Amino acid sequence: MVIVNALLQGVLLGGLFAMAALGLSIAFGILRVVNLAHGEIMTIGAYLAAVGLSSLGVSVWVSLLAVVPLMGVVGYWVQRLLLQRALTLGELAPLLVTFGIAIIIPNALIELFTTNKQAISTGDLAVRSIKLADGLYVGVLPLLTMAVAIALIAGTQLLLARTRIGRHMRAAADDSETLRLLGVDHRKVYAAAMGLAFAIAALAGVFFGMRQGGVTPFDGQLMVLFAFEAVIIGGLGSLWGTLAGGIVLGVAQTLAGVVSPELPLLVGNLVFLAVLVLRPTGIVRSKVVV
Amino acid sequence: MADLVPGAVRVDRLRRRMITVQIIGAGVILLLAMAPYVFEPSVTSQWIKLFYLITLATSWNLLAGFAGMVSVGQQAYIGLGAYGVFVFNDLGLDPYTSALVASVVIGAVAFGLSFIAFRLRGGYFAIGTWVIAEAVRQIVIRFDSLGAGRGRGIEDYTADPVLRNLFTYWLALGILVATLIGSLFLLRSRMGVALQSIRDNEVAARAVGVDVTRAKRIVFVLAAVMAALAGSVICLQQIGVQSPSQIFSVSFSAFMVFMVLIGGIGTLEGPIIGAVVYYVMDLYFSQMGLWYLVVLGCLAIVVTLFLPRGLWGELRARFDITLFPVGHRVVALPRPAEPDASASAPAPRTSPRTDATATTASTEG
Repeated sequence: MVIVNALLQGVLLGGLFAMAALGLSIAFGILRVVNLAHGEIMTIGAYLAAVGLSSLGVSVWVSLLAVVPLMGVVGYWVQRLLLQRALTLGELAPLLVTFGIAIIIPNALIELFTTNKQAISTGDLAVRSIKLADGLYVGVLPLLTMAVAIALIAGTQLLLARTRIGRHMRAAADDSETLRLLGVDHRKVYAAAMGLAFAIAALAGVFFGMRQGGVTPFDGQLMVLFAFEAVIIGGLGSLWGTLAGGIVLGVAQTLAGVVSPELPLLVGNLVFLAVLVLRPTGIVRSKVVV
Repeated sequence: MADLVPGAVRVDRLRRRMITVQIIGAGVILLLAMAPYVFEPSVTSQWIKLFYLITLATSWNLLAGFAGMVSVGQQAYIGLGAYGVFVFNDLGLDPYTSALVASVVIGAVAFGLSFIAFRLRGGYFAIGTWVIAEAVRQIVIRFDSLGAGRGRGIEDYTADPVLRNLFTYWLALGILVATLIGSLFLLRSRMGVALQSIRDNEVAARAVGVDVTRAKRIVFVLAAVMAALAGSVICLQQIGVQSPSQIFSVSFSAFMVFMVLIGGIGTLEGPIIGAVVYYVMDLYFSQMGLWYLVVLGCLAIVVTLFLPRGLWGELRARFDITLFPVGHRVVALPRPAEPDASASAPAPRTSPRTDATATTASTEG
């Protein structure tokens, strides 16, 4: 029963990893930018929610209404002002710019907020759970996280497939020059995609913070690696693949946690490296290249 | 200057400049090697830091600047280099020999890891190396004999602090010299031509028959060995590792990126200048605490976007200077005196005038 419980918790943890991976996947799929600062964007989202809670007394759910759109706008302008220029300078430049951001944010956060954990409390939601059988409980928060992750992936898929901006994004990913010939400013399309990626990252960051009960400046480094591992395990270019990848990573970590509390991160990393060696295209064959 | 006519050109490897560089370089190395007899240990121990910074910057530049591999996981090899000193020291070697033996072993480890890392390209390669570095750290701290998560000191070490500093200084200098000379000769070799072509256009390099993967793997292993040597120097200087999270910190990658970008990526001289700039900034601004890293991050972004050639690149564009000759220059041979002698040379299909190439075509590294 311990194993079954660990499996179940792992699957639900996978929802969180998938949510974290979604933004990374969008940024890479549409802009071919690997955002090394993705984890830090998540951290910023969580910090905004934590500060809203501690200094303004706003509940996490209300602050999400402000934090997510705000980070979307930030993403839009980061793309327009920094990354767009970097994209014209070759392959290395966008990477180096996002790595610069990834160094700036955690160190600035340590100076501003110290290394202490900033609490993100959700009342009793974090501890509430549903009993399925003896020794088999499902937390309400992980279940909710999974539901949100699935909704986000489905929503993104719909957005890309059905809407005008989604079509523009796919077109910009394929051939931005031709898109320009048709009278669409590809820079705005790129910026909108990056805004979407930032907004989802911020949301995922807040959920990560709720699960951990708070956020520290070091969480971004962990999260970017989790998100990246979920993307690669799932298979590049597949949105539902990130969910599968997240679940594989989550299950690997919780099963390792049953053996020893020190093992989850190491086993997660080793599973990732094993997938990379044995099945470098990921476990889900991608049909739609985002 | 004479026109470039097919059959009447030769490729100049800048041999004369190379000889000058060798003479001046030997002099500088000799002076630096004598420095401990002149300066106090407190001064030379500062130089040790500068030496390993230049080594690190040069190694990262080989990776990113020439082979197009942005790695943010070089701290894996720095950390392994530091811990390798413990491993071989415990086996009975003296710390300095341990550092050298460890670097060879780590080169073999890097060769194995390259088969994992090379599954990924571009940005995903970058995060992949980061994951490898994390996994390496998590494995290292599982060994209680290596101090687990607490770090440890070197057991069997030279007792006299002056001698200790002296030996570490010479080791750091030797590593730096080996790194620079190795890079210079690597880039002047056939492999160097391949690397410079990969830097300029990987697809085109592949198309003209360069074995890109092999060249990249060699650079990956060499850069790991250099990082390992730098890591062991850090360990020797601090008489141990204060904490594994410090020696395996991603900040090392940030410093390397910063030094190479500021100095000028894709040149041999750039990383040296970048390392000196970083070293001076570190002397004066490190008391700012972590804001210092924030400033470094901002500067790295600004340089990437607005000064992509770096300090050395700008200088070279303006004054046409090089310290290390790694390029090729196509030079026209002096015209024969008799006008009909050109008939014996293979007839150019187009007249030299309409040939659009410049009178000297050159590649510069």
